Amino acid sequence: MIAIVDYGVGNLFSLSSSLKAIGAETVVTGNPDDLRRAEKIILPGVGAFGDAAALLRQDGLDQVLVEEAKKGKPLLGICLGMQLLLERGFEYGEHRGLGLIPGDVVSIRPVIPAGYKIPHIGWNALHFPKSRPKSPLFRHIQEGDCVYFVHSYYAARCEESVIATAEYGAELTAAVQHKNVYGVQFHPEKSGAVGLAILRAFCEMEEPL
Amino acid sequence: MITKRIIPCLDVKDGRVVKGVNFLGLADVSSPVKLSKFYSECGADELVFYDITASAEGRALFTDILTEVASTIFIPLTVGGGINTVADFDRVLKCGADKVSVNSGAIRDPSLIAAAAKKYGDQCVVLSVDAKRVDGQYRVFAKGGREDTGLDAIEWIRRGVENGAGEIVLNSIDTDGVKGGFDLEMLAAVCDAVNVPVIASGGAGCAEDFVTLFKTLPKVDAGLAASIFHFGEVAIPDLKKALRAQGINVRL
Repeated sequence: MIAIVDYGVGNLFSLSSSLKAIGAETVVTGNPDDLRRAEKIILPGVGAFGDAAALLRQDGLDQVLVEEAKKGKPLLGICLGMQLLLERGFEYGEHRGLGLIPGDVVSIRPVIPAGYKIPHIGWNALHFPKSRPKSPLFRHIQEGDCVYFVHSYYAARCEESVIATAEYGAELTAAVQHKNVYGVQFHPEKSGAVGLAILRAFCEMEEPL
Repeated sequence: MITKRIIPCLDVKDGRVVKGVNFLGLADVSSPVKLSKFYSECGADELVFYDITASAEGRALFTDILTEVASTIFIPLTVGGGINTVADFDRVLKCGADKVSVNSGAIRDPSLIAAAAKKYGDQCVVLSVDAKRVDGQYRVFAKGGREDTGLDAIEWIRRGVENGAGEIVLNSIDTDGVKGGFDLEMLAAVCDAVNVPVIASGGAGCAEDFVTLFKTLPKVDAGLAASIFHFGEVAIPDLKKALRAQGINVRL
């Protein structure tokens, strides 16, 4: 059973439909016990970093996520859900994230050239860093496959964890991994066959003993 | 590098796709679910659904269909038609739409754009504009192109973006249906005025029209069309190969 964390941020219809389409059993839940029982956890999210972090904290879900991740349970953050895995977010002030992945979430504005539109929205190709082996999250897809992005902030100062980048006038972090904790900036649930193949790879991850 | 998007548009009335659908190889061409699946599998980057139903029953049927499409097809979906209030945004987003396109609703109530952008984010709000040359000006038309609003299209679009529209669909009434190519002049004026994605609509007759569009106007992000795709005059895989051959970055 895969738990999709419901903490009042965004619409979970497409994510839960796409997991059903690949045959995964899912539960959409904000209940800590459900998260503890689940074999894997997906943390989705759209909106602003600070509000979302506060909502997670308000329900005590932040602690549960950190505990479960530390036990080795596979955890996947999507879009804002990925950003929340990092230590700090700088969207409308400074906010604390879950700290499961070292690094910060900052605006793409200072790093991309003038004339590039913000948000970074559309289909863009994934590139895997040559300095490390390909992440198991991408075992069903290829270098250069396109996925769908919608974001104005990105994960920075997280070089050690970067498993994919996208080129948008600058090299933007597209995905991160630290042990059993994964995060994707793009929307696999909106990325056609490639997105489904990434979700399938996550569903196949080894569970902790 | 981000890719140029190819977007088929489906007009849905009383649960069926209308406007000359005459497709090869599809048994039930006017089923929105089957047609969407077909487009998704052949490489469409996004789908636009226009609800052209007038009745409440038709509207309910439309949302049912949208739900079915969104649980079968995993690419971005934009919904337009009959969007007059924030509650209409809510209705279609809950059924799996990613973006909502406003047109006449925003002309009647310009505060709709800002209200929706505040609630759902700029990226969710698409301003769709039907424009036509009148007295040396690009003029906004309402009611499916039947009524001259007197609004200057460039000014209207600029204001829409200031209020939070995250994307513009420009449909040129002058080139729509003519199949002689997109309205490059009007599109250039819009691209100069705003810095959000611009989707070209109206006038595509062949693959070469898309090549010309993206070559002439690198700031245009996407090309939208209906009948040339529905009739199989342009097949999306062939179109994308033609674009790639001309050095235009597309998702294959």
